[in-house]
Amino acid sequence: MNANIGFACIRNGMAIPRRDIPELPFADFRARVVEAVASGGRLACLFGDPASTLSSGADAMSLYAVIADSVRAQIHVGTTRLTSDRFPSLTPDCHPAHLFEREIAEQYGLRPEGHPWLKPVRFHASYRPGHDAWDRPEGTTPIVGVMDYYRVEGEEIHEVAVGPIHAGVIEPGHFRFQCHGEQVFHLEISLGYQHRGAERTLVGGPNKRTLHTIETVAGDTSIGNATAYCLAVEALTGAQVSARAQALCGIALELERLANHTGDLGALANDVAFLPTASFCGRLRGDFLNLSALLCGNRFGRGMIRPGGVGFDLDDARKAQFLDKLAGAYRDVTVAVDLLWDSASVQARFENTGAVSLDDCRAIGMVGPAARACGMECDIRQDFPWGIFRFKQIPISTSESGDVFARAFVRWLEIGRSVDFIRSLLSEFPDGPVRAEVGKLRPNHLAVALVEGWRGELCHVALTDDQGRFARYKMVDSSFHNWNGLMLALRDQQISDFPLCNKSFNLSYCGHDL
Amino acid sequence: MLQVSLARLKQGHWTSRYPLELPTLPDRFRGLPVVDSTRCPEGCRECAQVCPTDAITTDGGIRIDLGRCLFCTDCMEACPEGAIRYTREYRLSTRTRADLIAQEHKTLKLAEALDEKSRRLFGRSLKLRQVSAAGCNACEADVNVLSTIVFDLGRFGIQFVASPRHADGLVVTGAVSENMRSALLTAYEAIPAPKLVIAVGACAISGGPFVDNPEVHNGCASLLPVDLFIPGCPPHPWTILDGLLRLLGRLDNTPAK
Repeated sequence: MNANIGFACIRNGMAIPRRDIPELPFADFRARVVEAVASGGRLACLFGDPASTLSSGADAMSLYAVIADSVRAQIHVGTTRLTSDRFPSLTPDCHPAHLFEREIAEQYGLRPEGHPWLKPVRFHASYRPGHDAWDRPEGTTPIVGVMDYYRVEGEEIHEVAVGPIHAGVIEPGHFRFQCHGEQVFHLEISLGYQHRGAERTLVGGPNKRTLHTIETVAGDTSIGNATAYCLAVEALTGAQVSARAQALCGIALELERLANHTGDLGALANDVAFLPTASFCGRLRGDFLNLSALLCGNRFGRGMIRPGGVGFDLDDARKAQFLDKLAGAYRDVTVAVDLLWDSASVQARFENTGAVSLDDCRAIGMVGPAARACGMECDIRQDFPWGIFRFKQIPISTSESGDVFARAFVRWLEIGRSVDFIRSLLSEFPDGPVRAEVGKLRPNHLAVALVEGWRGELCHVALTDDQGRFARYKMVDSSFHNWNGLMLALRDQQISDFPLCNKSFNLSYCGHDL
Repeated sequence: MLQVSLARLKQGHWTSRYPLELPTLPDRFRGLPVVDSTRCPEGCRECAQVCPTDAITTDGGIRIDLGRCLFCTDCMEACPEGAIRYTREYRLSTRTRADLIAQEHKTLKLAEALDEKSRRLFGRSLKLRQVSAAGCNACEADVNVLSTIVFDLGRFGIQFVASPRHADGLVVTGAVSENMRSALLTAYEAIPAPKLVIAVGACAISGGPFVDNPEVHNGCASLLPVDLFIPGCPPHPWTILDGLLRLLGRLDNTPAK
């Protein structure tokens, strides 16, 4: 993409005054987003903001777009002021805008005209009373899951509805399959059951609950989201994080990846009834979680990442214990996972199941291991390095086939690279304090933080008001981009392969529902 | 096949000898908080003020509501005198909401066993249906982990089942979003009576970090009769297992330290 698209240009983990963000007429704004995405830019975030325009009329609304240029490690931010509750949808010309525009419609009652798939996302009432994208009468509460589902008609077609409650100990969501016998023509996923108002409550912060909300937006990504949040806050305050704290943040993030990737490989083995790896990895996932607990007392890393650094240091004795346990867990996980690649029965089920093409992956804007499994070279740790990743790189792990095998194999490659990374960091572990003072947030600024969580890109955008409080805090979980990938993966598959395909993505429901 | 057997040998044996041997938790693990009010400066309310879920009250001595507590470090860090500290005590489950208060000079009243009739029904075979009602997937993960080889829940006759109709009780995680209320109640109704309800984690007990958000119901206690409260954010798997076994009368009722 072009190095200059007429938006403000910043780097990951940087803040800029809001007045420096060009406010473009809508037609210009739309054209530039469409053009940037068509020429290789990534739509990291597109969101509505009511607060920024309060001075010019209570009901005025702005849209913000954040476009990531991975070639130059640049982030472009632009905005436009809407003059009415309707605007020409970007989606027909820019597919990654699809779910963002549905979210904007639901949150603020703004209707993207010409949107091909305008349905609710989380099933809550509009945040602007009297403005509703679907013209529902004021005071009606949407009922979760009730919407027009895509239907295939025909005598031999049947529909299978699953959820919100599923058979296992997992989060809720609703899945509708259009089937011809065993074959799935189309899967539609309707979420929103987990909606807790997480993003909405961040407005007016930071306060004593903010970081805890962030850590529980998706409990399995506590470290990832806390890292993104702290990166944004550090950008807004100008806090200087020591090298030692940056190293510890990186170690915590990779531990989270190790635990979840190991758990996923075990769960994939379980879904093809290969019990040795399933049972070994169940235990080993716990060993990685226990390493987080060794570091900070909590298996999910709660309390570890703090604005200005980390909550816990790693002294020499603990470091030795940590490395010893890491070596043991890695040795055992190698034995457990190698069985997968050596078992023909496992490979027969993994290969050619739930494939997503590289073209589709690009078109819908997939991220993380699921995108890398399609051959897309994208990884925030490489493309937009922050913190310790500016000094120590992790190679991007990719595969090609885009199927369950590729998604499993990318995870395995990443496990090895995360272990190498942690060991290498600890072999030249910098000295210094682990937490710096954090001052007040700069008023009227915007900060963007991108972090490569274990599921992929996490994008946090913070806008402050003239008091230095959050006027808007936008979070995008990797799952927000990838649920559509799962839908595509199911096309022309057997419905009995759904659990396997689903597990190979292992997306977050609460991270999506916020 | 040979490779699978070799791998099995290399992996070794991991199932814990619990409850014959009690688990050792890491030194930084944050279990039952204890208070030393002799250290509290006159009129100081720092801990209560910083608590993200307002779990701490200071009138007439510090009281910590474990049902709200996230077991975070904020109160400890805020206290200038070190009056609050966490112990490694993981046994925290209670039968009533009121028992979930930690205060000085008072041992936590851990969960008592079910009455004899219920124990005859459930004591040696308990099938549970878990429902995540706006849980963040941390409680879910640490419930799930009980079925792995380390904890091996099955050896206690406890099992998670797919259908509520096959279940003896409901395990609820999450703050109960309005969007999950109806599904949660439907699942509860589908379980044949007599049935148990177990609330796992700060969200299911009180709403946790989402307490008083209009999108949630502050946990399941306002909607369902809860028989066992297992606090934590998330509770450690040992805390959950301890609670389940106490409820079934499978552990002696040693008071918490």
